[in-house]
Formats: sequence, C-alpha cells, structure tokens
Amino acid sequence: MEKELWKGNEAVAEAAIRAGCKCFFGYPITPQNEIPEYMSAHLPEAGGVFVQSESELAAINMVYGAAASGVRAMTSSSSPGISLKQEGISAMSSGELPGVVVNMMRGGPGLGTIQPSQCDYFQATRGGGNGDYRTIVLAPCDIQEAVDMTQEAFDLADIYRMPVMILGDGMIGQMMEPIVWHDIPKRELPPKDWCAGGRKGRDHSNFVTSLRIDAQDCEDFNRHLEAKYKTIAEKETRWAEKDAEGCEILIAAYGTPSRIALSAAEELEAKGIKAGLFRPQTVWPFPSKRLAELAAQDSVKAILVVEMSLGQMLEDVQLAVQGIKPVRFYGRVGGMVPSVEEIAEEAEKILQEVQ
Amino acid sequence: MTNDLPAWMTAHRLTAIVGHMGGGKTELAVNMAVALAKAGEKTAIADLDVVNPYFRSREQREMFKTLGIRFVASAQSLIDADVPSLPAELNTLLQDESFFSVLDIGGDSGARVLARYRHQIAARDFAVWFVLNARRPQTATLEKAVWSLRKIEEEMGLPVTGVVNNTHLCAETTAGDVLLGAGLADEVSYVTNIPVICHTAPRPIAAGLPQLAEPVFPIDIYMKKPWER
Repeated sequence: MEKELWKGNEAVAEAAIRAGCKCFFGYPITPQNEIPEYMSAHLPEAGGVFVQSESELAAINMVYGAAASGVRAMTSSSSPGISLKQEGISAMSSGELPGVVVNMMRGGPGLGTIQPSQCDYFQATRGGGNGDYRTIVLAPCDIQEAVDMTQEAFDLADIYRMPVMILGDGMIGQMMEPIVWHDIPKRELPPKDWCAGGRKGRDHSNFVTSLRIDAQDCEDFNRHLEAKYKTIAEKETRWAEKDAEGCEILIAAYGTPSRIALSAAEELEAKGIKAGLFRPQTVWPFPSKRLAELAAQDSVKAILVVEMSLGQMLEDVQLAVQGIKPVRFYGRVGGMVPSVEEIAEEAEKILQEVQ
Repeated sequence: MTNDLPAWMTAHRLTAIVGHMGGGKTELAVNMAVALAKAGEKTAIADLDVVNPYFRSREQREMFKTLGIRFVASAQSLIDADVPSLPAELNTLLQDESFFSVLDIGGDSGARVLARYRHQIAARDFAVWFVLNARRPQTATLEKAVWSLRKIEEEMGLPVTGVVNNTHLCAETTAGDVLLGAGLADEVSYVTNIPVICHTAPRPIAAGLPQLAEPVFPIDIYMKKPWER
C-alpha cells in the first residue's frame, strides 16, 4: 500500500467510516473540527448518518440511542465538550452500550486554550461521570496509531459492550503525517442479540436502561461490570517500550509527548546516559505490571514522568512503582508543549540528585 | 541582488499561496520569504490562516524578525483566539509595492479571506499560486485537484495564476513523491491552462532530481514538530 499524507482529525474520521461507523453526532470545537467536517462530507457517502447536534449533551445521548439500536456510533469533541458528555458516558456504561468517543485534548481548565494538552487524563481514566464505571482509553502517539486504534475501538466497544475513548492531544488532531491504510486484525464479535433494534422474530422485547431500582440488582450489576473490567485489564492492556531494559532513567510518557521524550532519550544516549522510554498505549487499563517490572531493575535509578498536565498519569505510575524507586515529574500545561531539551535537562538533573 | 533569485520568485511583488489543507502552503511561503530576505530584498510575509489552529507561519515570527522580514498577522492577543480576525496592517501591505509580499492563506475555504481584498489585489500586479500535494488523498487525482483549485477560486473571487508542485510526505518525502506530483501538476496545468511555476523538494533530495520542465525550488523544513530535530 502507498503512503498518503493525512491530517490526524480527518484520518480518525476516515478510520471510523472504514470500521463501519454508521452514525456520527457531534458539535464543533477546536482542535477537533475536522472530524465532524470530514464526517459531514463523507459519512453520508458511505451510507451513514451525520448530525450536527444542538449540543454536546445531545450528541452523546444520540450515540446512546443509535448504539441501543445496534449500529456503530461515534462522537468527538475536545476537553470542555467532553466534560459535557460525561453523564452520557456513565449512562452508556450502565446500559452496556458500545460507542466510540474521541477527545482531542486542549488546555484547561474551563474553556482554557485551543492549544494541545493532556489535562483530561483523570477524567478519562477515573470517569468524569458518576458511578463505578471504567472506559477503555486508547492513547495514540502518531496518526498511524490513531487510525489503527480508532478502527480497533469499535471492535473493543462491541466485544465488551461499553464506551471506548480515543484520547489524543490536540497535536494528534492537527498534525499531518504519512500513513498506510492496512487491514487491522479481525476480532470475533459477539452477536448484538441484546439491542433494541426491532424484535426480529424474538419472543421478547429487549430493554436497554441505566436504571436499576433494586439495590441488590444494582450491586449484582456492578459486580458484573467489575468482572468485565478485570477481563479487560488482563486481555487488553497495551504499551510500547524502547531501550527500557537496562536503562538508568526510565521516562514514562503517552501521546505526542512520548515522541518528544524519545528524542530526549536519544540525546541522553549520545551523552552516554542510558535512557529508556515506557509508553502506555492503553491508559485504562494502565500497564502497571510491566512498569513495575521495569522499575525494579537494578539499573533503574529513577523514573521521570512527562505529561502536558500538572501530573495526572503520574499517579498511576506512582501506584505501579509502589515507592521502590524515586518517581519524578516534568510537565507543561495550558497548551504549552515540553521541548526535547527541557526533558533531557530534567533527566540529567534527576540522575545527579539520586546518585 | 535579485540575480540570486529564480525569475519565477521575483516576477510578481505580491504572491498569495493557496491550496488544499495540508499541501504545504506555509512551508512554501516561509521558504520564499526567507529566500527573498536573504537575497537582500525588502520582504513581507502575512499569516492570514484563519482555519488552522496549529502549525502556522506565526510560529516563525522570531526568525522573521532576525532576517528583517516584515511580519503581518493578527494582534498577539488574538493569535490563539480561534476567531477569524485579520490584521488591519494588511491594507497597507497590499498598497505598498516596495515590498515583495507573500500571503500565507489557510487551506480550502480559508481562501475566503482574500475575497474582501480581491479588488485591491486585482488592481495591482499579483500572483495566486495553488499548492498541490499529490500525496494528499483529496488532491491525489486530476479530477479532485482541479475541483479543489476551482473551489478555491470561487471562495476568493480571484483566479489562480500558477500551480506549485509541493508533493511531500513530511520527513519521509522521496524524489519519487516529487516526480509523482510533477506528473499531476502537468495534468492540472494542461486541463486548466494554468502554468506550473515550480516544483519544491527538500534540499537533500533536490539536487538528485532528474531534469524537469520547470525549475526546482529546494526548501528547508522550518515547520517542525516538537520532537523533530
């Protein structure tokens, strides 16, 4: 296959169409506008439906409705818009409805800035909505991965009957990169015999709800979710690493900052410092087990977490490392992006301090 | 001093760079402004991109200052405001023919910003170049490329006067990509009767290209991603 040059947002939209997304509901917000724009032009051509909803709340509830009827549905937004969708994501988790939600994060809190950020990690991994629910959160670091993950997200959503989030920083949406369209591995998908998409000869009607009046019923349902989330943590946790075995300093970063961290690691290598990179590809479930193994290596003197936030994934790293090695943090916020030099300097400083 | 510069670059004192999103308009505009300034020409560049929130020529404002390039853009306070504001200074620039002025225009319908100035522009000597990237799926065929060009002409109310083959795959660009784009640019030129102005190529591969009917403009990459060295 030949390489093509795509803008991240357009590529994510095209990937969703290729994955069989039939309904897109959304509302414009920078820096993800090219997703609804592309969908409005190309989803109807592919036999799907595009609706620019009156609000983000309406959009996520339209996804709930479309998903309940058994079709693949998606919405996208950026940070403040994703905040508005939290109630619907919680409701979809409770109704066990598959759907894909894309967040191209911008600086916050509040309306913040339109520049790139990773300040919604807590919201994505802890759940900004109410209840004991989890969302599978895929964190691409380049456009190729964003395309592949978007296609897989629809399968994961259908297999586990839950919302799946693509968590990209604004750069993923806005930058241009060469990609190749290739077939992603086919997963076995369960039949949607639960959906409210017509009776189709059944002797009963299906009912989709997020309300459970009886407390024991509701606890049983929560236990069912707990078991489902445990399976996901066992089967779907993903990460990537580079020179992480035998390194002196392990840099942990996800999304585009992981690429800046990789350039910093190369710069450190050139100075004779062994720097490794640990990059979670799923931030929920978080690859704690592997990170703990790497941190336990005798060679590792410290772990440096780099984010475009004030330190959110940092907490997952601390939970994984359990205090056996010093965990330090470097972050830029509000739409500012860390530089290669800043990360390399920070790593050198930390190594001197922990000697 | 213009002797150091290719004739196509100095043929017009006002050049607007338009095209489909992601074609490489900003990189071309920045490279032209730098080439003109380094040859000692009085140069200005205007960032009139109101559609892209990131990767705009305003990111190079410090370099423009160092090279003595007049930089025209919205007020600093509005630079990330996500509103289509245009600088008042643009009016004076369009009237001042002592400068070589390069206008960096946003992709696709971003060309609409020129509509307001079309009478002023049409009244003087000008060029509007359509930047073509054959590796962009939405301008990869003759039909799609011509549709994009005509749509942009409609948006701005001005004719495209030249086609620039700027076919690239960011850091992965090869000579083959440039040649693929040269073929498409020729076809677009044949169908529209608009001349091909030049072919751009990253400096390391420009020298190795076979002879093309139009000049090759070797470019340096200024619009780098944060991890690119």
